[in-house]
Amino acid sequence: MTDSAEQGGETPARRRSRSGLLLALLPVAAFVVIGVFLFRGLSLDPSEIYSVLINKPAPTFELAPLPGKDNGLATSDLTQPVQLVNVFASWCVACRVEHPLLMELKRNGTVPIYGLNYKDQPQAALNWLRNFGDPYDRIGSDLNGRVGIDFGVYGVPETFIVDGEGVIVRKITGPITPQILQKELLPLIAEMQK
Amino acid sequence: MAPELGQYALVLAILVATVQAIVPQIGAYRRDAAWMGVAPVAARAQFLLVLFAFGCLMTSFIASDFSVVNVFENSHSLKPLIYKISGVWGNHEGSLLLWILILTLFGAAVAQFGQNLPPTLQARVLSVQAMIGVGFLAFILFTSNPFARLDPAPFEGAGLNPLLQDPALAIHPPFLYLGYVGLSVAFSFAVAALIEGRVDPAWARWVRPWTLAAWCCLTAGIALGSYWAYYELGWGGWWFWDPVENASFMPWLAATALLHSSIVVEKRDALKSWTVLLAILAFSLSLLGTFLVRSGVLNSVHAFASDPARGVFILAFLVFVVGGSLTLYAIRAPSLKGGGLFRPVSREGTLVLNNLLLSTACFTVLLGTLYPLFLDAVAEEKVSVGPPYFNAVFVPLMTPLIAALAIGPMLAWKRGDLAGVMGRLKFVAAIAVLVGLGMAWYAWNVMPLAVLGFALVAWLALGVFREWAERVRLFRWDIVDSWRRATGLPRASYGMSMAHLGVALTVFGITASEAWQEEKQVIMRPGDVQTVSDFELTFVGAEQLPGPNYSALAGTFVVTRDGQPVTILQPEARTFTNPPMETTEAAIRTTLAGDLYTVVGEGDGQGGYAVRLYYKPMVIWIWLGTLAMMIGGMISLSDRRHRIGAPARKPAETADTDRDSGALAAAGAGD
Repeated sequence: MTDSAEQGGETPARRRSRSGLLLALLPVAAFVVIGVFLFRGLSLDPSEIYSVLINKPAPTFELAPLPGKDNGLATSDLTQPVQLVNVFASWCVACRVEHPLLMELKRNGTVPIYGLNYKDQPQAALNWLRNFGDPYDRIGSDLNGRVGIDFGVYGVPETFIVDGEGVIVRKITGPITPQILQKELLPLIAEMQK
Repeated sequence: MAPELGQYALVLAILVATVQAIVPQIGAYRRDAAWMGVAPVAARAQFLLVLFAFGCLMTSFIASDFSVVNVFENSHSLKPLIYKISGVWGNHEGSLLLWILILTLFGAAVAQFGQNLPPTLQARVLSVQAMIGVGFLAFILFTSNPFARLDPAPFEGAGLNPLLQDPALAIHPPFLYLGYVGLSVAFSFAVAALIEGRVDPAWARWVRPWTLAAWCCLTAGIALGSYWAYYELGWGGWWFWDPVENASFMPWLAATALLHSSIVVEKRDALKSWTVLLAILAFSLSLLGTFLVRSGVLNSVHAFASDPARGVFILAFLVFVVGGSLTLYAIRAPSLKGGGLFRPVSREGTLVLNNLLLSTACFTVLLGTLYPLFLDAVAEEKVSVGPPYFNAVFVPLMTPLIAALAIGPMLAWKRGDLAGVMGRLKFVAAIAVLVGLGMAWYAWNVMPLAVLGFALVAWLALGVFREWAERVRLFRWDIVDSWRRATGLPRASYGMSMAHLGVALTVFGITASEAWQEEKQVIMRPGDVQTVSDFELTFVGAEQLPGPNYSALAGTFVVTRDGQPVTILQPEARTFTNPPMETTEAAIRTTLAGDLYTVVGEGDGQGGYAVRLYYKPMVIWIWLGTLAMMIGGMISLSDRRHRIGAPARKPAETADTDRDSGALAAAGAGD
């Protein structure tokens, strides 16, 4: 927007033309910076789901079981060499998608799965489990979503892989797909169980 | 056979484009008419070749020729015909071909309608256009061949992503690409002008219709995409600040700024280097969007399957196009002589304010979109920047923009009389304040921002009307004179009013639907009744229904109000088998007063179903507003002065129009 400036004497004009050149160089300089980041970005994988909790201990919590069940879920239950904490709800369509895979893990006894029943009506959750099967060794009922917040849940389902020290190793946002299961989850579990 | 012919046509097209990039450029330098004359011929040939290739790909899709990898991966013989056709651009390779088709279409259009351009300018514009074409043709030929064969040919295709099997989504990419790629014309004009070293009002007049046409298409494309998200994703949201949405929004913001700043170049011969920069940036942002969507550097629900080789190629191309043009700009821009002077309070002044706010908005979107990438690269931390950031920065930016929108068109060029304008707007201001106070009383506890929103809507809508009234001297009560003036107003002026009114409508829809939305997520059994707003919804039940390539769980609601039947809504949850995926088909009752929005989900196994019920007041006005903006743009485009190929007027004539009667015409059309 240098054009609107008025024509002046010799020296201010030259000074202005220098500042004009600097101003004109600004866009290309900004683009170079962006370009460098874009290039760097090509070698990064954004779909590696992140969480501020990765490599940190799981939040401290203690949740009551669903009515009629006796296994609630608390931080002190995370004692296996590796376990999954799966956030689910009966109202969650995507949870249905991953549910058969969880059942398969349960059948094969691959890894203990703990459920965090997130903002759900307990009766609806029980119906859901009765209908489709219950893959969970323990279930904590997070009625108001307090524990979900501590876990940084922002979409259901989410799955946290927790090691024997109670540290969150990895997090999967969204339903576990056969591909994620085969390529990421099973190798990771096998390695951790060694 | 068709795929091979198509590929052959693409190879020919890249050869033609290479000639078109080089020969006319040299011709323009040497003032050699014969060499420059190559450009229009080559531009048309290039278009026909790409059109032929596109036709070949479409033939393969319609015939379900699964020996073509692309058809196999993205089509299915059971799919309805319209989705076989839209499958052509529902994937990376095909959409790239569509992109190139539109690029060459614009090249051919410049050859056709630009015959009255100075020959050197036309030759250079077409040459730059061809350079972009070479880049994209090389991209498709070397990394993303849509015609690759598969041997042996599979018996059946894998199917199109079910989310994409939707009428609005089927037609939205062509509009979006018309917008993105249309900006390439403004870009080519800018680069050609930098090469020529001359930017003048005539240049602005030539660029404007192209920018306007691209802007209209981009507006339509974004609006369609947003409407699709609204009814297909099943959450009732209509804008998610997803990187892919941002990728279309940034060029729109830049193009909107460009539309307004080119008025200043046209009328006052000022802001030249800024306008050239905006023309370069608008298209650069389109390219950046392409890079973000196709390289996989950002996470998005819309992203195409990505491949590092493609990312490297687009980035190299981006560096060449954007880096090259900005470097040229750095060399040439300081020598562009400024023209007309103006006071801060003037029509130009408000247009500068408009530009500052729009480009700041554009920059904040860019920052929000790239920030996760920056942070990942520098600190190896992953974050996602979501709606809270964008909403927090957009309200303070849009508020002054809308406030100034009512004032700007009433100010004179060069030196405006703000006190006088405010005097004429005092009733408008008074009503806006009253609306604000009324809302403060009515809605403060619901959403304080609604107070601001509605006051701005009243201010802008009435301001637009007041400005029109002033032009036709409506309040002098001389109906005959007013009628004569109203019919004599240039279309561009009506276009501007229409588009500005559209902004008011959109803000109205956003504010009202955010403030008074009602939402219920419940389990319902047959016979259950829920009340949303003043509607009673009786859940009749749900049943499994077969579809052409899916099975659907269809729920039925009988809607009544005060005991009177209103309508029956039947939302579906569809389960596709190829590829396996679930989609929600919301059932929506749309009226101007509000949308009743229903979604049916999982059964609980005991006859109950998880349903989501929303009432969204006035939400349809969001899209009616964008429609008004687009129609405003088209009205403006139909103005004689903007007609593509209209004879150029000399700058001296423009200067005259600054005064009185001409001030009608000088209204900054179509902004």
